[in-house]
Amino acid sequence: MSETSKDLATVTSPYSDHEYPAGLATVSDDKVADPGIEPHRVRMTDKSKKHEKAAVRQVAALFFLSMFGSAFALYAYFAFPIDANLDTVRNNTLFLGAGITLGLFGIGIGAVHWAKTLMPDSEVSEERHLTRGSEAKRAAAVEILALANKESGFTRRKLIRRSLYGALALFPLPGIIIFGDLGPNPANSLRHTFWANGTKNKPLRLTKDPDGAPIKASDVTSGSVYHVIPEGLTEDNPRYLEEKSKAAVLLVRVDPKDLNEAADRKGWSYDGIVAYSKICTHVGCPVALYEQETHHLLCPCHQSTFDLNNGCKVIFGPATRPLPQLPITVDKGGYLIAQSDFHEPVGPSFWDRSAKTNSNGIEG
Amino acid sequence: MTTTAPSRQKNGFLAGTANYVDERVGVAGILKEFGRKIFPDHWSFMLGEVALYSFLVLLLSGTFLTFFFQPAMTVVHYDGVYAPLKGAQMSVAYASSLDITFQVRGGLLMRQVHHWSALLFVAAAGLHMLRVFFTGAFRKPRELNWVVGFVLFVLGMAAGFTGYSLPDDLLSGNGLRIIDGMIKGVPFIGPWISSLLFGGEFPGENIVARLYSLHIMLIPALILVFLALHLFMLVIHKHTHYSGAGRKDTNVVGYPLMPVYVAKAGGFFFIVFGVIMLLATFFTINPIWNYGGYDPSPVSAGTQPDWYIGFLDGLLRLAPTGLEVMVGDNTLSMNILWPMIIGVGFLVVVAIYPFIENWVTGDKREHHVLDRPRNAPTRTAIGAAGVTMYAVMWAAASTDLIATNFRMSLNQVLQTMQISLIVLPIAAFVITKRVALSLQRKDREIVLHGRESGRIVRLPHGEYIEVHEQLDEFDRYKLVDFKDYKPTLARPNAAGKITVGARIRSGLSKFYFEDRIAPVTQTELNEAIHHAHELQTEVQKAIEN
Amino acid sequence: MAKRNVSGLRRSPLAAKIVIVAALLTVGGTYSAVTSALATQSPTGGYTQDQKDLGHKLFLANCASCHGKNAEGTKNAPSLIGVGAASVDFQVSTGRMPGAASGPQLQVKPVQFTQSQIDALSAYVSSLAPGPAVPDASMTAANGDVNKGGQLFRINCAMCHNAAGAGGALTEGKYAPNLMHSSGKTIYEAMVVGPQNMPVFNDANITPAEKKDIITYLTYLQDHQSAGGNDLGNLGPVVEGLLIWLGALGLIIAITVWLAAKSN
Repeated sequence: MSETSKDLATVTSPYSDHEYPAGLATVSDDKVADPGIEPHRVRMTDKSKKHEKAAVRQVAALFFLSMFGSAFALYAYFAFPIDANLDTVRNNTLFLGAGITLGLFGIGIGAVHWAKTLMPDSEVSEERHLTRGSEAKRAAAVEILALANKESGFTRRKLIRRSLYGALALFPLPGIIIFGDLGPNPANSLRHTFWANGTKNKPLRLTKDPDGAPIKASDVTSGSVYHVIPEGLTEDNPRYLEEKSKAAVLLVRVDPKDLNEAADRKGWSYDGIVAYSKICTHVGCPVALYEQETHHLLCPCHQSTFDLNNGCKVIFGPATRPLPQLPITVDKGGYLIAQSDFHEPVGPSFWDRSAKTNSNGIEG
Repeated sequence: MTTTAPSRQKNGFLAGTANYVDERVGVAGILKEFGRKIFPDHWSFMLGEVALYSFLVLLLSGTFLTFFFQPAMTVVHYDGVYAPLKGAQMSVAYASSLDITFQVRGGLLMRQVHHWSALLFVAAAGLHMLRVFFTGAFRKPRELNWVVGFVLFVLGMAAGFTGYSLPDDLLSGNGLRIIDGMIKGVPFIGPWISSLLFGGEFPGENIVARLYSLHIMLIPALILVFLALHLFMLVIHKHTHYSGAGRKDTNVVGYPLMPVYVAKAGGFFFIVFGVIMLLATFFTINPIWNYGGYDPSPVSAGTQPDWYIGFLDGLLRLAPTGLEVMVGDNTLSMNILWPMIIGVGFLVVVAIYPFIENWVTGDKREHHVLDRPRNAPTRTAIGAAGVTMYAVMWAAASTDLIATNFRMSLNQVLQTMQISLIVLPIAAFVITKRVALSLQRKDREIVLHGRESGRIVRLPHGEYIEVHEQLDEFDRYKLVDFKDYKPTLARPNAAGKITVGARIRSGLSKFYFEDRIAPVTQTELNEAIHHAHELQTEVQKAIEN
Repeated sequence: MAKRNVSGLRRSPLAAKIVIVAALLTVGGTYSAVTSALATQSPTGGYTQDQKDLGHKLFLANCASCHGKNAEGTKNAPSLIGVGAASVDFQVSTGRMPGAASGPQLQVKPVQFTQSQIDALSAYVSSLAPGPAVPDASMTAANGDVNKGGQLFRINCAMCHNAAGAGGALTEGKYAPNLMHSSGKTIYEAMVVGPQNMPVFNDANITPAEKKDIITYLTYLQDHQSAGGNDLGNLGPVVEGLLIWLGALGLIIAITVWLAAKSN
């Protein structure tokens, strides 16, 4: 057993004038002999005129079926108009689609059947050529490149070459920088929400999503969950979705005995009513599922689970940070109001999230 | 010397046209060169065509949709026929998608054709990549074509993602929200990139139009360029063929392009288009009317991306709790970055695999005969492990659906998948390799001793044997013609030093080729046939008696 | 040829038609009379003493072992004092009650009582303390605002029940069920009661008119087939992906095997 790539070079064809190393391949002298292409097996349609004629009829029938399908589709387009009744849309889709499907399948299956049964199916061999050019071609190519190099002086003239590299490296950069106006500096946009618009004299009430009706503390019964947006954030606000995507809040009442509040957050709830940001601290989906008995909040996107009894800290799933809490209390009318904006950025984390910023409490 | 003007030919319209075009474009040469090009015939070679034809269907149906879709995020109140949304506030993009669905004849059909076709495009491309992988068709000279194909696969994913986000509905909008959250988590520059992409704060008013220009212009253009490269290389290299009688690395055996392939491949286009149309006629896909326009407050249970983005969503879900860490005052969102690293890393390994294998084998010859998967046991096992890992990542994206529909605990399903991500690919590797080696041994048995025929004969001296049918030489050749490799030792280089690279290569070569079944040699075969003949004469005698 | 006398009239072709029409009218009329009588007997309050007594008997036989002899609750089941008729009607008429003790959540099972027995149970439990009442037909009819209903459904319900009501997962094996076969009454009661881990949606949160809107929207979904064809359970992209891989690619591969095979 010798380790050469002889089996390529021994082929008496203009396959190649080059031998490649075979690496770790074992090349055997004792390979089983190649019996050559199998002789053609005659088909029924080759032997029997009857079968051939049948195949011809079958192919033609398929093409006729296709014509029928396409014609039916044309008919269906007009015969099944659509109006406000959804069933008309269904029928139009169904019959138009069925007709086109038949039109397509008829041609496809017919053409394939034609090839399989009636066209010659003898296998033929075609010689390959090594992909690399012949030695002569390669030499000629090298010569051309060398000539181009000599005539341009590319290798020889270092100053020209290097300054060209510099120019080519720099010229695309303006093309990149002009995309700078795609969006503004994010600045503090991630650190404030609509809730910051409340003031000491005019705090923002918690209102129902989407109609904006204010919520009385007495309306929030045990086991309830309210989906909340800030007072004043109405559908006609030009930044409605942008503000909502930071200001959406979940409002829940639990038994005050169940709440383990941190010392610095004791005044943030009202009689067992707590408000938390609805924007998941993982990647920003709404954490909208509230389990009434377990007091767990579940985000449906990646199943981060937050424990409402313990400051909405994460108890399962890929989120890490607890949901930010909105400090709430009631006003004179008994309506729930926000004491201030959230005390931290809401939503997904970002690199300088914890950087010290201006206070975002209520301005006097 | 006079030149005569050509006289009017009486050969008919077709001949006249052919002549006209040849005189201007030289088609005769092209026809001569390519008209009878040989293509091998095997069903597994058609998977790439499925992807190609799906792409054509995407172009056709997509063009129709562009005539009706409006990629603007201006706020309107719906005034169309779908009653549950009448008067609802939504973007123009969503409203125009509803109009296509309910107020354009064939609009819903074309939307469904387009979306089903997109799913099929990426699925077929993926299956085609698997076929190329498991048959070793990525080996020289096709390594670059593998990379081009990989780029096409990723472009298909990008096209799909940008496309399904265009209607600005609740489901795809939450998908964009997730992407935004992931981008924000990129260290240093996250919020900047998010602002550049969305034109300010999420969701902004620009994203749909920007995705639209990517989806109908830039990405299809790139796909067409890479597709052209892909097919160009296919023509230069000619198609590979499976091993078999008469098939060598120096020839290609099959049927001529015209007429057989024109008919079969051309017909196949209509069949693929027909299957897509069949799906679009009878099965709803992406019922945007149920979701409503995007709003950051509501969300639907069962929020998943299209299947080909599933593995990335699955990775996000698989991340254990508490991965986000503080680096001083700064937040490093490893709960997002690890999924990104693993996801991209997986794709990178797929892209560079041919170069790894080539480095290990050192085989610089061209390969045009395909491997049967069993004859490259380690490669096949690696592929099985990769597929298993991809499947676990993908399945992890539907933990909540699995929990709901199979009445399991969501938490247990996820924890099982976290363990499976590590354990199952290893198990798949081990099992697949063993199965491949066993199949190789079985092939050897069949070559040497033939197939069991089920006929039992009693020999004169009392022994019962089962008569084996020898394979004919053509079937046999398929089983003996495969490449075989041996592992190597780490050898010192010219300076007498054994480099780390050499050690790694030697180690990998052992990993790949230590367990090997060599092909049957002619000598072994002759002996076996000789014995078989002896046995046959004994059997004949026994039967005659 | 029959003569036109009485027996002739009986045999005339018109007779058959007259008989059929009369039969239909009788059956239809009886049915609507009975159901409207039943309707008035599924009261929103105002149970009779007979109902309360029957309910008490049924309660002692079927419920007291877990809920306590006076519905005060035991370690196996909570107190039913104050849960209201709506709660009883919801749990028992969906088959969740009598409850099996296993699993993280009560399962829907075959209903074990007739509606009048359920009414009796409701009468008894609601007599113990005031609680939410069973809604009457006008509150649960599907003639509200389907647009408002859809919007409210998506904000308050879709995150658990899925935007098309196909159901969804909660933690630890709990789930929000599919709503596509739920009646307006059941939906209303569930919102008011907040069974198990479903939150309570009291009338200040979602007003009775809004509850009706939600019922209207869900009824619309139940009544209308998807214009695109089979809706694959409305489970979204996951099932669509499965259909492509198993269905479409499976079919296409079968076709390619045929295509590339040699004809006989």
